[in-house]
Amino acid sequence: MRTVPALACVLAALLVAGPLMPSWLVFLLTVAIAKGLVVLGLVVMMRAGLVSFGQGLYYGLGAYAAGLAANRLGVGDAIALVAIGGSVSALLGYLLGFMMARYREIFFAMLSLALSMILYGTLVRSAALGSTDGFNLPPPSFLGFAFDAQDGRILVYALTVVVAIGTAMALHRFVSSPAGVIGQAIQANEIRVEYLGASVAGVLHLTYVVGAAAAGVGGALIAIAAGHIDPDLAYWTTSGEFVFVAVLSGTGHVAAPLLGMAVFEAIRSFAFQYSPYTWQMAVGLSMLAVILFLPAGLWSLFTRRRRPGSAG
Amino acid sequence: MSAPLIETRGLSKSFGAVVAADNLTVAIAAGETVGVIGANGAGKTTFVNMVSGYLKPDEGVVLFRGADITRMPPRAVTRLGIRRSFQVAQLFPNLSVRDNVFVALACAEHGRPRPTAVLRTPERRAQADAILARFGIAAFADRPPTQLPQGQRKLLDIVLAMVGQAAVLLLDEPTSGISAEEKFPLMDLVMEAVGAEGATALFVEHDMEVVERYAARVIAFYEGRVIADGLPAAVLADADVRRYVVGAELHRRADATRA
Repeated sequence: MRTVPALACVLAALLVAGPLMPSWLVFLLTVAIAKGLVVLGLVVMMRAGLVSFGQGLYYGLGAYAAGLAANRLGVGDAIALVAIGGSVSALLGYLLGFMMARYREIFFAMLSLALSMILYGTLVRSAALGSTDGFNLPPPSFLGFAFDAQDGRILVYALTVVVAIGTAMALHRFVSSPAGVIGQAIQANEIRVEYLGASVAGVLHLTYVVGAAAAGVGGALIAIAAGHIDPDLAYWTTSGEFVFVAVLSGTGHVAAPLLGMAVFEAIRSFAFQYSPYTWQMAVGLSMLAVILFLPAGLWSLFTRRRRPGSAG
Repeated sequence: MSAPLIETRGLSKSFGAVVAADNLTVAIAAGETVGVIGANGAGKTTFVNMVSGYLKPDEGVVLFRGADITRMPPRAVTRLGIRRSFQVAQLFPNLSVRDNVFVALACAEHGRPRPTAVLRTPERRAQADAILARFGIAAFADRPPTQLPQGQRKLLDIVLAMVGQAAVLLLDEPTSGISAEEKFPLMDLVMEAVGAEGATALFVEHDMEVVERYAARVIAFYEGRVIADGLPAAVLADADVRRYVVGAELHRRADATRA
């Protein structure tokens, strides 16, 4: 089935299912899909060879930008907060991209990690931003209307689903655009791309900004959904989780990260419920199983019969 | 000779104590087909790397249509129409053969590739398939280039260089690593295309049969210097060339046979 109609069907199904689901599941899916958006940006970066261990930088920044806009600037509208989170992260991504597009592989990974920990360290030491405790956000409004807690949760869920699927559609277009496919070519052989006349730094910079923007939007959605933010959003284990889920999902399709994050959150929730002291082991074992049996990630369950290289 | 299309003046390059290029002054006119010969380490690839922007010379300049391109990055040199292939085929193994051509087409179109346009349009696909058919690789279009036989992998590498309307095509050892039966058909295809596009070709080559058959002019390198330059018959008969290049070539081949 073609990707865009398939995503549209998934979107419709998720929207219809929203009011019918128990509230714990609505919240779990909201969190999973918002974080899946961050992984989606990371997967697009990984296709171009940029494995960032510091997406927490843009995730945390997006969340704090949305939180500060809500608390200090009085922006109540959820859609505006998401736009602010995404824009602020995209802007920082654009600025840092000039430096980051020069680095590759482990150097890129470690530098991205270091930058995210600078944000974390700054947040932890900023008493005005709540230090390690972070701060709470007021319930958002939607297009000028306020809703009660239950309806508000469904609306945040709906917003998250619409934004995530919309982003997946846009990034599906991106990965099959000249910039997207040349990104894959860069991952394999960047010297050759230069010798074909295209700017490697330009493509990588653009891809980096895409990843930053997606992470910022995801962070803003999490801030709105949870009603609370703290510096852990920028901590390295958060960034590590995004890489973990990216590997778990596979880079074969734009829907893979959303699915992968939902699977990850489900495994974590149930593992935490049934074995609170060894839940990490359950997560680790599932990762091991994926690496052993589905080396190209969960999405390869759907693409087994297709030819290699026809990703997207 | 008319005004040179591409010209180097006093090009020198050292790697530590090793002099890879020593005052190289070469002028190539539009439409020429030049074979560059020399033993291993004579500076042939260094020359190609300096002309194509990969290496910056310690001294000297590279001129293209009279303009100084010495300090330009490979991307900019490529966009001027100076395109190259590689001794070891440089392909994108994670993409299909057709996608390799798509990438070459897209890179040639825009130096800053578009993020919102569609790459695999029917027009580009027709273009890519026509190119693959012309060079006899169409059967492999949907496979990764790692599945191509060695000769066709080298050919695809050259095809990627030719996709963007080369004014000057620099071929670094186009027939190295491929079988004796494949080398002439490969060079026939490539040179026919070079002729059809009116491109200027410079190829580095160890195989003297290939040089004799396809080059209209031969430049012989030895220890970073040009020791002979002229018609193939004259250069290949030159005493220095026979001692330092052709002789060295025979030794090299004998060594390879023993190994």
